[in-house]
Amino acid sequence: MSETPTNPRYAPGTHPDLPPPRRTTGALGWVRSNLLSSPLNVALTLLSVWLLWTILPPSIHWLFTGAIWTAVDRKECWALMDAPRDGACWAFIRGSFELFVYGWYPEPERWRVNLTFILFIAAIVGGLRENIPGKKYWLIFAAAYPFIAAWLLLGGFGLEPVGTNKLGGILLTLVVAVTGISFSLPLGIALALGRRSNLPALRGVCVIFIEFIRGVPLITLLFVASTMLTYFLPPGSTFDLLMRVLIMVTLFASAYIAEVVRGGLQGLSSGQYEAADALGLSYWKAHRLVILPQALKISIPGIVNTFIGSFKDSTLVLIIGMMDILGLGRARLNDPEWLGLAPELYIFISLFFFISCFAMSRYSLNLEKKLQTGHKS
Amino acid sequence: MNQETSVSPIGSRLNESDSKIISIKGMHKWFGDFHVLKDINLEVAKSERIVICGPSGSGKSTLIRCINRLEEHQQGSIIVDGTELTQDLKNIEIIRSEVGMVFQQFNLFPHLSVLDNVTLAPIWVRKLPRAEAEEQAMQYLERVKIPEQASKYPGQLSGGQQQRVAIARSLCMNPRIMLFDEPTSALDPEMIKEVLDVMIELAESGMTMLVVTHEMGFATAVADRVIFMDEGEIIEEKPPKDFFENPEHDRTKLFLSQILHH
Ligand SMILES: Nc1ncnc2c1ncn2[C@@H]1O[C@H](COP(=O)(O)OP(=O)(O)OP(=O)(O)O)[C@@H](O)[C@H]1O
Ligand SMILES: [Mg+2]
Repeated sequence: MSETPTNPRYAPGTHPDLPPPRRTTGALGWVRSNLLSSPLNVALTLLSVWLLWTILPPSIHWLFTGAIWTAVDRKECWALMDAPRDGACWAFIRGSFELFVYGWYPEPERWRVNLTFILFIAAIVGGLRENIPGKKYWLIFAAAYPFIAAWLLLGGFGLEPVGTNKLGGILLTLVVAVTGISFSLPLGIALALGRRSNLPALRGVCVIFIEFIRGVPLITLLFVASTMLTYFLPPGSTFDLLMRVLIMVTLFASAYIAEVVRGGLQGLSSGQYEAADALGLSYWKAHRLVILPQALKISIPGIVNTFIGSFKDSTLVLIIGMMDILGLGRARLNDPEWLGLAPELYIFISLFFFISCFAMSRYSLNLEKKLQTGHKS
Repeated sequence: MNQETSVSPIGSRLNESDSKIISIKGMHKWFGDFHVLKDINLEVAKSERIVICGPSGSGKSTLIRCINRLEEHQQGSIIVDGTELTQDLKNIEIIRSEVGMVFQQFNLFPHLSVLDNVTLAPIWVRKLPRAEAEEQAMQYLERVKIPEQASKYPGQLSGGQQQRVAIARSLCMNPRIMLFDEPTSALDPEMIKEVLDVMIELAESGMTMLVVTHEMGFATAVADRVIFMDEGEIIEEKPPKDFFENPEHDRTKLFLSQILHH
């Protein structure tokens, strides 16, 4: 820092390109400039080190080194520890794992759940990867996936039928969340476009729909789905509870997506619409090729935020008695064999949601970076 | 009225209405209660080059935006190449695909490369095969002298380059008429010339052009007529030499004295 630059002087017009000056680097330099740069900074660093020192070792002991991984019930867990509750009883999660994943799905048919999950990964990767051979077919597959999944899970057409009341645990959570997420995006885009339409009737319907759905708590909508909807249906007809819940969750998320996308549409200058019009592009072509690609790009953070929200909100179905991972886990806590193992359960469930949501968040950052091809808009 | 067969060269006009590619009669437009355009009458012949000037807010942009229906007029008629502009969406699409427009702010599509910007409408509106559209696009990019920028994004180009891409984008639709709304006003002085050069070359090739601009050098060099607008009316309309040397109306004189003395 203190040494004066000793660059030679050059005659005007002859200055060569020089490499940039080197930053003070090295681990020691980093520590000095980031952790010990001022007395306050030193104090904060010491405090942090002390906190880590007191919290980390017992946590590691409880979570890993002192934890029990195999046991038939909590009594055996306690017996295997130095003192009861000295470590986590992960045997509880391991012993309940199949139940947590598949719910009450009949055992001989569980390969169908596994296949659905494998196809889900394939649809995600194939649908989202940019340079994958046969991109068009992957997209068709991804679009058809929800219907393939419904057939695989519920059966019919040659497969053993399985009632929707057999779905539970992570399977149910994923069904609710993925359905809500994948159908709310197209519906939300349609609502956003409708809200900006020149046709007053269409605009009115979209505004009322969006504002109504946003103004009512999801739990209320779920109660409506579980009780009231039967009044509106023709007498004698049965309409599956899961189906009703899926519709409500989708409608709820789509209202939020619609507002996020509308924000993106408003972020575009009117010049983009005018240029598309002036070139003779029809409304649909202009939106598909010019307007939506830009508006959706602006909306990515908001859309992913909504997706993460609906993923976590899917746990609200436990209020109307559906056994998603949270509902099922809580029911399992009442099992006399595993009574009182709430910390293990909630750590497991938190981890499941955290990994899923963090993956979505990372993907969206990645996508934003990729779409930022050195152009300002 | 709409005899498409008149291929007569400029100058040898057999029948007045035959060679009129744009015909605006008794046209009025309002923005709410605000009367922006008042009784506009304007006939443009094929290959004619018209420069429109006038003070800010006089309705120049609105006038040329009415010609491709970016703005809707409320009274009178606008007939472009034999097709009248009405509510009929089909007619609007026909006219838009024959009329190119270049904007002050370029309005390139920032998410598409230069080549994709230029081939978008030929592929999706004209239904050209991609290979053919790209070949044609490269010809036009060469004509505006930036073929080497084809794979870049608009945000990576200078203003002058962007405006030339915008011109190429319009030309790729093989328009019969080109509208320019202050194409050089957003450019730094050293880039104005490169855009004007392209426009002059286009004028020499026989394109029908309506240009809103205050570049009086351009008007003198290429315009057949200069139209002066003020407060929504066409005040004066003359060949450039006459227009600059013998303006009739006081408002024209005032306007000319302002733009020539800064
Ligand atoms: N969408 C609109 N709604 C209401 N008023 C408008 C609209 N567009 C333009 N105007 C008004 O109409 C008048 C004419 O506008 P116009 O853009 O045609 O002027 P101009 O001659 O092109 O001016 P400039 O040289 O500043 O571009 C202005 O007073 C403007 O404020
Ligand atoms: Mg203007």
